[in-house]
Amino acid sequence: MIWSIELIILFLVALFGMGALAVKDLLGAAILFGAYSFLLCLLWAIMGAVDVAFTEASVGAGISTVLIVSAVLRTTRRSED
Amino acid sequence: MKRGGLVLFSIMGLLLAWGVLEFPGLGDPSSPASSHLSPYYIQHSLTDTAVPNMVTAVLADYRGYDTMFETIVIFTAAIVCIFLLRTFKPPASRYRMYRHMATGITLRIEKGGKTPDDSEHFERIDSVWVPHDLVIRTTCRMVIPFIQVFALYVIAHGHHSPGGGFQGGVILGASVVLFAVCFDLRRTIRYLGEKMCALLCALGVLIYAGTGILCMGLQSNFLDYSALAGLFGTDPVMARSHGILIVEIGVGMAVMAVMVMLYYNLASAGRHDEGL
Repeated sequence: MIWSIELIILFLVALFGMGALAVKDLLGAAILFGAYSFLLCLLWAIMGAVDVAFTEASVGAGISTVLIVSAVLRTTRRSED
Repeated sequence: MKRGGLVLFSIMGLLLAWGVLEFPGLGDPSSPASSHLSPYYIQHSLTDTAVPNMVTAVLADYRGYDTMFETIVIFTAAIVCIFLLRTFKPPASRYRMYRHMATGITLRIEKGGKTPDDSEHFERIDSVWVPHDLVIRTTCRMVIPFIQVFALYVIAHGHHSPGGGFQGGVILGASVVLFAVCFDLRRTIRYLGEKMCALLCALGVLIYAGTGILCMGLQSNFLDYSALAGLFGTDPVMARSHGILIVEIGVGMAVMAVMVMLYYNLASAGRHDEGL
């Protein structure tokens, strides 16, 4: 695999991970968390762990984003801290 | 407090990075993990179990006991979600919203008013504003069957390609969640009720554990599928492949039902009345 693409994806994973922690809007955090999971899935696929990548794409980027969004709908959209 | 947390976080992060430096490199053939156990799987998994995808063979056969308890962990998550969130109190909103389907006019009916529940010209809508979107509904109606067929393919084809019970079950659950998002929660619950979900959760775990106990009943070890050769009428190697398929179906059922159950409870705050 081309190392520069790997490096860009790794950088973006770290960026989205920190963004999901830092952002005040919880709906935005859910979307950022989905993007983080999807980029992590690309990273697994690059490393050759296709089964893990598939699980990450379906569970991490797919259903858990929906669950977080539905939890945000029933609680509050602004984070306290 | 915040500064202390940052310092602690930095120290932990540096310790973690320092620890990772000691790890063997990616794909290092002389690392402990790839010098004892992995060669056995690589050389014998196809002749032992007749499953080309090594990951599935390890997950459902060699490490079948581990995967069984992973399924039980997910089952427990659904049980805990029900215990924490499910309420049987009437919903907080005192009024109900209805839409006249031909004209798109919405009615707000206060508590005690006459509701057009049994009329076919009105449909009940959520109290948060929901637009009537024909394009989304039609698209979902067309896409959902394909998602479900793909999910069944992922479960059944886990022997040859990436996938298996967990992934297929999640995709199957996601198709139900998509239906609930583009129509509404009440209609979804009418098709796939709460009791049905609970039954499917428990049945999935039962299929997995029951296969193991059946193997014990046929005078072999727990989850040693080669004991099922007599039942399938095949040789022991092929019986292990079939045993993996049965177990994957159980996992898929349990995971699908758990995902749907989590969505029902989270999206409606346990009331199963108005959802996302």
